[in-house]
Amino acid sequence: MTNLIEISGVSKRFGGVIANSQISLNVPEGGITGLIGPNGSGKTTLFNSVVGYHPIDEGSITFEGQEISRMRVPQIARLGLLRTFQQTRIYGKMNCMDNMMISVPQRRMPLARMFSKFPAEVIDRAEAILEFVGLYQKRMLPAGSLSFGQQKLLEFAMALINEPKVLLLDEPTAGINPTLINGLIDRLRRANEDFGITLFVIEHNMRVIMNLADNIYCLAHGEMLAHGTPEEIQNDQRVVDAYLGAH
Amino acid sequence: MTVARKRRISHAALLGHAAILVFGLVAPFVFPNYTFQIAMLWIMILFALTWDIMGGQMGYNSLGNILFFGAGMYISAVVQIGLVYDVAAYTSAFGGVKVDFTTAQYFTGIALGIVAAAIFCTLIAVIFGSMVFGLRGPYFAIGTLGVALAAGELVGGWDYVGGGGGISMPVYPGEPESRSLFFYSLCFVSAITTFGFLKWLYSGRFQTTINAIRDDEEKAEAMGIRTTRYKVVAWSIAAFFLGISGAIFGNMAGFIEPLEVAFPTVTFGIFMVVMSLLGGKGTLWGPVLGATLFHVIKEVTWTYLLGWQWVALGAIIIVNVVFFQQGILGWAQDKWPEFFGIVVDDKLSAKGAAAREAAE
Repeated sequence: MTNLIEISGVSKRFGGVIANSQISLNVPEGGITGLIGPNGSGKTTLFNSVVGYHPIDEGSITFEGQEISRMRVPQIARLGLLRTFQQTRIYGKMNCMDNMMISVPQRRMPLARMFSKFPAEVIDRAEAILEFVGLYQKRMLPAGSLSFGQQKLLEFAMALINEPKVLLLDEPTAGINPTLINGLIDRLRRANEDFGITLFVIEHNMRVIMNLADNIYCLAHGEMLAHGTPEEIQNDQRVVDAYLGAH
Repeated sequence: MTVARKRRISHAALLGHAAILVFGLVAPFVFPNYTFQIAMLWIMILFALTWDIMGGQMGYNSLGNILFFGAGMYISAVVQIGLVYDVAAYTSAFGGVKVDFTTAQYFTGIALGIVAAAIFCTLIAVIFGSMVFGLRGPYFAIGTLGVALAAGELVGGWDYVGGGGGISMPVYPGEPESRSLFFYSLCFVSAITTFGFLKWLYSGRFQTTINAIRDDEEKAEAMGIRTTRYKVVAWSIAAFFLGISGAIFGNMAGFIEPLEVAFPTVTFGIFMVVMSLLGGKGTLWGPVLGATLFHVIKEVTWTYLLGWQWVALGAIIIVNVVFFQQGILGWAQDKWPEFFGIVVDDKLSAKGAAAREAAE
């Protein structure tokens, strides 16, 4: 398997705080890669570095062999590298259908297309994906009126219609009730298998990430602590110590 | 929503459009004494509509849109005069050159002036847009306000266009009745054109995108949307129509000067905001409704509450902003969501819906 994202030697400081120090990891194409670590270990900072939210201090990040560490957020997004947010972000006053249709990829959009209507196949596709995540009935409601869990599903659906090559998910199951979590795991796996989207997932829920990912990286205190299959990570004493606070 | 219901609503909309068109066409003949006031109503509607592109639909509250109104006015004046006379001589002398426009010169001038105002205001929007779009929220409002205020002062110090003394516009070659009808038609056509254009603009990708910028610009960027491009185009569209309205208004007023007529930040500049908020920002009809209501209230208070008119307007603004933020249409949308298509669909899937619709 080739690597879609290659991160090597990336460091990021905020003033005196070293959020990431010499992080190297690879996200193989077609797989589901997990990223775990205690609170404040630098997972979201690493995500933000990858999608271009802030410049990195050193190191390199490549996507399909192309250096992206100096590119800006919309440029990177148009390459097909998309993220969802820990605090769910949807367009609150727009209805779900508009939320979906605005998320259709705009990679090579000529200027005149700005003023076009949405084609019928886009509408059909938006409806189909909303049905896939179970929000079809609520498609005409303002997205801001949905519950938190439903907003999370909507954000996931918006990411799917964007047809990214890689989807970076920042805690997809946080704040979702346990019965919905199973449905979400199932949908994430289907997005990976049926739509062929590579996933890179930050997750706190161990049960979820151990079931979902095929290889896992663990961060602690801004440094790479361990890497391996779910079984290896579960049995790694350093990971257990990091989570339970033993030093 | 059932097919019959949809048809009923579209019939109602059609009737509404027709009623407004008919009113606009017969108004100057039915109410000849109010032609100027009704012409001003169309300008107010244009103001509110163009402000709402940015302020309502895109969430960028500009306090400086009046810049384009004044710029359009001056651009048009310079073009109209410059076609026939040397502008500097015309504006400085007041009698130094003998001013006499033939009918043909007058109408060519006004036509070219309006076109030039539209084009140059669009250009100004593109240039200033790249400067002020780095600002967000209240900073954007203050930044644009600063630009508009500065523009008034700059023009006031520029002798080529008459400085603080202003410019007397070319005199209309005809009877007063035909003059007021001529300018009424220009105001009416420009407002209707603006409305029609925005109705078309708000029917597809453009509106959805600027709404997305309003709701969460960072998210829109993270999804790969070229937000700057949309912001600049949105402002340019507002500038285009405001430039036209400025060119018309300058000629209708007959005399233009920088602070009270061309760049009246605290009157027209604030009115456009208030009218959109009153009617319901972020909707197509809200600004139209708000402008109409506001203009009527304004004319009534000016007539019957003279001396207290500013207090009355201030009270409306306060009540609007404190108790009635969503505006008339926003309130209606909260009260009757089904009418605006905000419904839970009881059908479970898209395929089922399509099949059922076909069976109906």
